[in-house]
Amino acid sequence: MGKRNLAETIRETTRRHLEEENGLLLGQSVSAVGWVNGTVPDTRGIVELPMTDVAGAGFAVGAAMVGRRPFFVIRFQDFLVLNGSPLINYAAKVKELHGQSAPVFIRAIAAEGIGPVHSTVLHGMFMHFPGFKICAPMSPGEYEKIYTSFMKDDDPYYVSEHRFAYQNKEEFEDIIRDDADITIFLASSPRLFAAEASKTLEKEGTKCNIIHLLWLKPFTCSEAVIRGLKKSGKGLVIDAGHEICGASRSIAYELGMASGVMVHALGLKDHTKCLCPPLQNKAPEVDEIVAKVRNILKLK
Amino acid sequence: MQRSCDLNVEKGIAESFSPETSLALWQKMCEVRYFEQGAVDAIKAGEINYQVYLSSGQEAAAASFSLCINKYQVFAQHRAHDIFLTFGAPPEMLRDELRGLPSGCSRGRAGSNCLQYHENGMHMYGHHGLIAENVPLGVGAALGNNKQTLCIFGDGSAEEDYVSPSLGFAATHKLPVLFVCMDNNYSILTKTEVRRSWNMNEVAKSYGLPAVDIADDPWTVLKHTRELSTQLPAFINIRVCRGYWHAGVGIDGTLEWDRFNMVKHELNELGLADKAAKIETSVCKKMEQIWAKEILLKPLEKQLEDI
Ligand SMILES: Cc1ncc(C[n+]2csc(CCOP(=O)(O)OP(=O)(O)O)c2C)c(N)n1
Repeated sequence: MGKRNLAETIRETTRRHLEEENGLLLGQSVSAVGWVNGTVPDTRGIVELPMTDVAGAGFAVGAAMVGRRPFFVIRFQDFLVLNGSPLINYAAKVKELHGQSAPVFIRAIAAEGIGPVHSTVLHGMFMHFPGFKICAPMSPGEYEKIYTSFMKDDDPYYVSEHRFAYQNKEEFEDIIRDDADITIFLASSPRLFAAEASKTLEKEGTKCNIIHLLWLKPFTCSEAVIRGLKKSGKGLVIDAGHEICGASRSIAYELGMASGVMVHALGLKDHTKCLCPPLQNKAPEVDEIVAKVRNILKLK
Repeated sequence: MQRSCDLNVEKGIAESFSPETSLALWQKMCEVRYFEQGAVDAIKAGEINYQVYLSSGQEAAAASFSLCINKYQVFAQHRAHDIFLTFGAPPEMLRDELRGLPSGCSRGRAGSNCLQYHENGMHMYGHHGLIAENVPLGVGAALGNNKQTLCIFGDGSAEEDYVSPSLGFAATHKLPVLFVCMDNNYSILTKTEVRRSWNMNEVAKSYGLPAVDIADDPWTVLKHTRELSTQLPAFINIRVCRGYWHAGVGIDGTLEWDRFNMVKHELNELGLADKAAKIETSVCKKMEQIWAKEILLKPLEKQLEDI
């Protein structure tokens, strides 16, 4: 068997969780319609939820409180506006208030190009609330890393997945170079376009540091990265969510404060994601990343 | 079904219980009543500065639960001093929670409407202030550990979007959950008849749950709780009268019925007047000590030191 892609890794990680860790997986129609892009294994511990998008999250949180560490599958992150209350108001607060815990593993899955309430990334909204650990794994190794971390932790995890990454088998590497003109930090689906954008820019003579963000909250950054950012003198954070009050601006602020460097942000425009191009308001891909860098560096 | 103090209460039911049981019910009712009397006095004296949600008037049902299902994991709502106290959590910890002290049951961080207690075999989870949020949580816990679970909510909370599907999910998965609606006929100040045309018993029955609609006579509650505890998931609607305002210590006129005094009267009829009076006096004294001025007026630094 060759290397596993991300979807297969999620499925096998889940299988281990259900078969060996007494875990549960809750979600709507998870054992149909392609088993959530092949990420759900056919094994015990799967609970088909009825189409109840507030109570369903409550069931998952209740199961978490009694130690079952449930995976709670949300096919489209948009649905988390409905499912959010038990997660935000109970799971994420129960530790600080009562010293109890509700470690639920929220598989918040994103997509692109399928309309106004099936294409959104909401990790930025959840970053707003205290009590969550928030990550956006885009590779098999990253997924295994965050699962291991979850099993040692007692916080609810918001795991921001993206369908664009499901076939990915490769790991991402940061690039920090002495002669960089700008340091680009990327989260979620834009990461998949980082290498190509960087190549395009290099052809024009612009050299980029590329930093991949797995953990969005709590957000930490190594000394080496801050040094690289300082040396390059300019920063940019790119994310798949809306820019206003989103992860891109929030992390840009933290990096700016940590480095004293002006760090820009690029997320979605303040518009609805419509079905048809050019109004899809897609997450930044190569062209948009390149254009933003040129703009920051005042090129062309 | 018409709301009344004797809704589905069999005549003479109290006589079918042992004197010990009747007195134990009374003891529990007194614990809630006199604890809260102390709290009310402390609030009026300005010694508590946070909001409280009082159970007085409704305490009979919790007293009954505490005699038969006190090992259940409980997912209670905002008005839950009665469950906390009758199920055996320490009144001192409730007192200090109401005062926002680190010696409170949630270290003073959560307050009257968010009570939790997880010691001495008790598993009481509360909500965080969103009415009925505890209901799906309790159902999820029952799914997770298959333990008998009590989910309590009010007649207003019963209307929240997530309550009906919780009954449905418990029915589908045959979860051991007892759902209880403490029906005082008010959501804050809005009467049920103004809010909806349907009743919760019919909703529960439509999901296939056995359901009863009864007044808060503690013997009746005890009987039905025992019966339904072998047929979970099940639903009980209990007609109660809230003694105080929705929040705080105000009182609006006289109670529709006064269960506390009705029970006292019934104990007299059962020939238990002396014993009941002794219990009442001793509980009253205990609660006076818990709320003693020396404790409340001790400077905060000294109290924290003691803790
Ligand atoms: C989700 C939510 N909606 C509204 C409120 C405001 N609220 C607090 S208590 C209450 C009434 C609840 O009535 P009921 O469930 O019958 O319980 P009772 O207070 O009568 O014991 C309301 C509407 C709230 N706290 N949470």
